[in-house]
Amino acid sequence: MAVAGGGVAAVAWPFIQQLAPAADTRALSSAEVDFSKVPLGGEIRVLIGGMPFFVRHRTDVEIQEARNVDVARLRDPQTDDERLKPKADGTLNPAILVTSGTCTHLGCVPVGPAQGTVGDFGGWYCPCHGSHYDTSGRIRKGPAPLNLPIPNYTYTSDTIIKIAL
Amino acid sequence: MSGPSTYEPKMGITKWLDARLPIVRLGADVMLAPTPKNLNYWWTFGGILALCLVTQIVTGIILAMHYVASTDAAFASVERIRRDVDYGWLIQSIHATGASMFFLAVYVHMFRGLYYGSYKAPREIVWILGCVIYLLMMATAFMGYVLPWGQMSFHGSAVITNLIGAIPLVGPTVKTYLMGGPAIGDATLNRFFSLHYLLPFVIAGVVALHIWGFHQTGNGNPTGVSVKDVKKDTVPFHPYYTVKDAFAILLFLILFAAFVFYFPNALGHADNSIEANPLQTPAHIVPEWYLLPFYAILRAITFDIGPIPAKLLGVIAMFGSIGILFVLPWLDRSKVRSMRYRPFAQQLFVLFVLASIGLGFCGANNPDDLLFKFREDKLAVSYTDTTGDAQSRIFDGFDEARQFQNSLPATAGASIEISASGFKWLWISQALSAYYFLYFLVIMPVLGVIEKPKPRPASIAESVRKKSGKTPPTPVNAAPQHAE
Repeated sequence: MAVAGGGVAAVAWPFIQQLAPAADTRALSSAEVDFSKVPLGGEIRVLIGGMPFFVRHRTDVEIQEARNVDVARLRDPQTDDERLKPKADGTLNPAILVTSGTCTHLGCVPVGPAQGTVGDFGGWYCPCHGSHYDTSGRIRKGPAPLNLPIPNYTYTSDTIIKIAL
Repeated sequence: MSGPSTYEPKMGITKWLDARLPIVRLGADVMLAPTPKNLNYWWTFGGILALCLVTQIVTGIILAMHYVASTDAAFASVERIRRDVDYGWLIQSIHATGASMFFLAVYVHMFRGLYYGSYKAPREIVWILGCVIYLLMMATAFMGYVLPWGQMSFHGSAVITNLIGAIPLVGPTVKTYLMGGPAIGDATLNRFFSLHYLLPFVIAGVVALHIWGFHQTGNGNPTGVSVKDVKKDTVPFHPYYTVKDAFAILLFLILFAAFVFYFPNALGHADNSIEANPLQTPAHIVPEWYLLPFYAILRAITFDIGPIPAKLLGVIAMFGSIGILFVLPWLDRSKVRSMRYRPFAQQLFVLFVLASIGLGFCGANNPDDLLFKFREDKLAVSYTDTTGDAQSRIFDGFDEARQFQNSLPATAGASIEISASGFKWLWISQALSAYYFLYFLVIMPVLGVIEKPKPRPASIAESVRKKSGKTPPTPVNAAPQHAE
């Protein structure tokens, strides 16, 4: 009985596992982005494996706004520095903010400076159900439970970051 | 009413065949099955649904000959079907409209079953098989809606797969296996196409079981009174109900054709005429009309209960609203099948139908939009006070609001916005969702015990006689072979 069960499971496994992302799909799961082209106060949107990411060049005012927030009052408390990744020399680059472009509510893509609406807190606004994110991509208002996630990325040079899923 | 078979092969070849594969006998037995003679037009929707399934399969197979399941080509291939393929406009329109017609008919069929107690013993299995068919229909329709690869296709499917991701523990894995990648893409489109082609045939198989089931138990009927005398209470399905069904199908096809030829896009969504763009979400994501009530239930849950977050609760409520149908035969404690004889249940049923339709409207509207306003819009100045709390104050006019805003220090970050106060769609969806569950979980079990039903007719034959105003035949006369 156990042998037959094991045999059935062994045969069934390939038929289930084929549903998983294929090798070529997995191979396309990272990309390098040249952020020097992002205008000050603007952002670019990158699709990696079909997932959207925002790379935003923040102004000094936006950085200050992100830092002046009382973190303890946030729904998903995180300081602005916790949402940045260090460069090769170990320092942070607060001008460049990299976040996921998927609203943590139901997965819509929030609108930002290029679409003309940044929401009540200067960051992003999700038009689907009205979530407002601040200039650090943190949830401030609306139904979304969490901040826009920070993807796994590294600075490969002074102007290039590599984002991986 | 599977009695002894009345089929008698007459020719040599049919006798030969009958001894080997009694397929003609099967067909004859089904077509001549004794059927209660009091079925009304609500009973014709079974036949209408069979026609819908055949229509969708035939048009679907044709569309699959021209459709290309690839994120680069899918949208263009559907446009090509509509513009370039000979009669493609017709076949595509029948298929797209057909999905809506299928659901329209299935909802009438289900409400029929709820009203006349078609789910009660001995037809529990027939009912459950029907629920399985309905679930399969929803899965098929959902995957079919993704195939044209429009904006609503893409973002609607993103919302639904994200819901599955909200299930604890297994959710994210199931979601990845469903999508075949980190996001909805080529892999997703291809597997949805494959399953969209497969599921209708699975539905056809379950439909066969569904029909087999009620041929075993016999059809229900509007009185809910079981057949007592096959000769007095029933007529053969053919020609009595083939003709009645055919007439109903004709009327249904007129409605169907009106949509196909005059309003082919009326039941769809304008955003789906834009090719899918993962970087741009439509402002207002809604499913097709037939899924709107469940979408409303999903969005009605905006509060956490204990450790369960609102998002997961919404998913549970949405699936629960369908799951509850499966156990309905055991929730309804009433001995009386037909609500014709249940005066109180009848009224609550009408409310249930209205609630279901109302939920559809709730699903189509943004939960935070207002159904009606309590007062004229005013202006609100929102600011941060010295202790760091968010505050807001309401003003009638712009000048006062502006004055107050200017009186605050710059660190308060005061902003003026419109303050509307009114009745939110969300509250209606919450009230109607509550009634939906109340109907099944409280009203059905309790009413069956406390309600005093009206007297039922002694038999189907008697109920028909009463209706037609004829006196019962005197016992001296032999019982009439045919219905009056």
